[in-house]
Parts: sequence; structure tokens; C-alpha cells
Amino acid sequence: MTTPFYVAPEQMMKDRADYARKGIARGRSLIAMAYEHGVFICAENPSSTLHKVSEIYDRIAFAGVGKYNEFDQLRIAGVRHADMKGFTYSREDVEARSLANQYAQMLGQTFTHEMKPMEVEILVAEITDTPGEEQLFHILYDGTVMDQRDFVVLGGDSDAIAERVKAGFKAGLTAKAALDLARSALAGDDRTLEDGDLEVAMLDRNRDRRTFTRIDDEDIRDL
Amino acid sequence: MNISGFDSTDDPGSDFTRLVRQNGTEPFPALPGRNDGITAKDIAHGTTCVAVRYADGVVIAGDRRATAGNLISHRSIEKVFAADRHSAVAIAGAAGPAVEMVRLFQLQLEHYEKVEGSPISLEGKANQLSGMIRGNMPAAMSGLAVVPIFAGYDLARESGRLFEFDITGGRYEEADYAATGSGSLHAETVIKVGYRRNMSADEAITLLAESLFQAADADSATGGADTLRGIYPIIATISAEGFERLSDEVVGTKFAEIADRFAENHRSDEGVQL
Repeated sequence: MTTPFYVAPEQMMKDRADYARKGIARGRSLIAMAYEHGVFICAENPSSTLHKVSEIYDRIAFAGVGKYNEFDQLRIAGVRHADMKGFTYSREDVEARSLANQYAQMLGQTFTHEMKPMEVEILVAEITDTPGEEQLFHILYDGTVMDQRDFVVLGGDSDAIAERVKAGFKAGLTAKAALDLARSALAGDDRTLEDGDLEVAMLDRNRDRRTFTRIDDEDIRDL
Repeated sequence: MNISGFDSTDDPGSDFTRLVRQNGTEPFPALPGRNDGITAKDIAHGTTCVAVRYADGVVIAGDRRATAGNLISHRSIEKVFAADRHSAVAIAGAAGPAVEMVRLFQLQLEHYEKVEGSPISLEGKANQLSGMIRGNMPAAMSGLAVVPIFAGYDLARESGRLFEFDITGGRYEEADYAATGSGSLHAETVIKVGYRRNMSADEAITLLAESLFQAADADSATGGADTLRGIYPIIATISAEGFERLSDEVVGTKFAEIADRFAENHRSDEGVQL
């Protein structure tokens, strides 16, 4: 029998975190922010079929960055959780907070117990009827949950992008203003992003029951 | 409740009914043995629903009455439901299982759309409903039958489509109109006589209102317009713009017009000694 090499737990966790962070940094970033009618989500994503942002429930949206197959698996788990809960109890019993906690458990469990951590960062966003009550739960690869109000940036270059969003953000932005801010913050100073490079979706409280709405490339122009 | 992890052999995919089953709830439970003693008079039954194709899609309607035997058990039950943005289901039969089936059906369509990222085709939706009716067959054989109409706007074909069902899950597409429930014989006759291809929305709505009026006049289990309480049948249109239920004011006016016309021809003359 071979004796496994001793690896200090600090080192093991650090190695895993580095591995996950490297994977996430390879992908492109995403911004979610409160706007006048709810939550505005904009991702840099040249594909119009493989989505980073999607619908979970009536007032809840999901977004992920990093490894596509991993966050897509989390997205489906979230839809199942929400639909089962709404079926068993009632539609109003489905909440982002409980979903964010479940995601945190899942990611935390995988981070400590599996061979490889998930190379993802995810967002669970929720709106209510009242402006200013938007909730943005930002969940990291190791299960860390952060609860944010105004805006959140996911992905590799998040600190620099967050600085740029912070400089232009104010409460009650229109969809057009939110799009312009997200576009310039994602692009930075030396790039420009076309409509086709962006994936845009919103939780719009003016819509009936299912508030999630995806904005196609043609509709981005009409915002 | 936990986020459920499945391995590849028992992954329910985009099938919500299967997901429900794997979480330990049977959506169509088998009845415990023979149902001695339970008869139609113990259970609320929904009755007449109708639908007709018109130029831009489909109009679907249903009365508001539920009966248990010879008694009226509910005066304002709803039997016409939006299944999703472009389709609707109207139910007749045992009210309990029917409403539960609609709830499961609505969730199935929404769940699929969210998991897969695109909606089921209209024909696929009709097949899903057919499967659920088949699942309910043991209960149907014991008197808890559910017989819906499914109507929708087919975005691919750019036209309205109608489906009728029987208790075995048999699915029958109808070209012009459909009716189900105890008053369907009278309602369908009215529609058959008044039907024309490519009617306007208003003509189709008037025809369905007339059909429910006549069904309520001849069938005690079908409710008409209850002006006393302000309860009116549900009428909804489904076109490229989606499902839209008419307001009670609009439906109320329609029924008032029909009632006036009816009274003009049928009221016995005052002063005449019979």
C-alpha cells in the first residue's frame, strides 16, 4: 500500500481556488444592475444560441460565467427546484434567497469533496413589485454567497469592470442607459462591443407573471 | 427541499411529470380498489366548453357552473385556462382531477420551455395533454373522467388549431369547431348552423356566446350569464398576439344583446289569455 503524500489543507484549498479562478478568468464577463423597471443583465457573449442568462421563475433570473456545461447544469437544477417548489406549495413561495442557499450548498460541497471544483460564478436575481427591492445574489465557485443591491459583476476581469460600472451607475436608469453603461464597462477603453457581441435580458416588473424577457440583437437597437 | 441531483439513467430531462414522480408524488394516483358508493352526485363536475377557429386564430369559451348530481356546487368555477402564451385548455368532467391536470399541464409546458430554451410545438403540446388524459384513465373508468379541448395558435403554420380528446387519451384534430361537456350537443348544433370559414373575431365571439346561451337554456348543468351576481362565461381569443381573455363587461354586453334578441321572439304577449 502506498502512503499518500501529505498536503496541507490550506495548500489544497488554495490550489483548488486557483484552478477555479483560472477557469473562470478564461471566459468573458457579465454585469447585472438594477434599472427603472427591475434588473438589467448584460453579458459579453458572441453566441446567440448558447445563453449565459436565462429564466428560472416568474421573478427570478439566472446568469453564469465560466464553464458552460457546469453552469448550465446548475441552471437546470434551479429550474427544477423552483418548478417543484411552486407545484408543491404556491408560486409565491418560490424565492431567490432559498435558491441561492441551495446553490451555495451545491458549490461548497463540490469544492471541498470532489476532485475538481466547478469553474463557475453564478448570479440569482429577483425583483418585487417595488423599485429598489431588487436582490442580486452572487455565488462563487466555493459556495461563498454575496448579497448585492445596485449592481454586480461576474467573471475574470470583474474588479476593473466594477470600477467602471460604479462610476456611471445611479438608481433608476432607463434600459437604454443601463445598456450603454454595461456595454462601455464590459468593453473598457481599448475595445468596442457591437450588438452581436452582447447577450441582454431583463426582469421587467411591468410584464405579467413571467417577468423575464430576452432582448434579441434586433431589439437591442430599438431599446 | 433539495436541488435534486440525478444520474444519467434516471434524469427526468425536460419532463416535469417525471420530475414530480421522482420527487415522490404520483400525479395520477390509482384509486383504492372499487369506488363503491361514490357517484356523480358526490363530486363537482364541470360542463360545457366550446371553441371555434376564426380568421386570425381560435376563440375558446366555457360556462362557469359546476354541478354535483342535480345540485349546483359552484357558480363561478373557471374551466378555460391559458396553457401558455399561445394556447389554452378548456375542461369538462370531474372538476378536481381536471383542474389538477391543467395545473400539471401548464407547468409541463413552462418547465420544458425553460429547460430546453424553446417552447414545445403546438402538436407536441396536444400530445402531452393526451398522455396526461391517458394517465388519468383508471380514474376515468371509475367516473372521474376529464375531457378537455385544447386550442392554440400554431406559430409555425400561422393558424389556429383545435384538438378534442376522449377519456382514453385519443386525440382528434378538428378543422372548424369543437365542443365538450353535458351541454355540448346543443352548443355544437348552434355553432354548426352559424359557422362560416374565416369569421372575424367578433363574429366568432358572438357565435360562441350564442352557443353557450342556448346550451344553458336547454341543459340544466350549463350555466348562462348570471346577471344577479355578475358572473359571466369565460371567452378568450388566441391569435399571433397570444392568449387574451375578454373582460366581463364585454362578455356581459354580448349576453345582454343575445338575451334581448331572444326575448323579442320568445316572450309571450302580455294580455293574451292562454
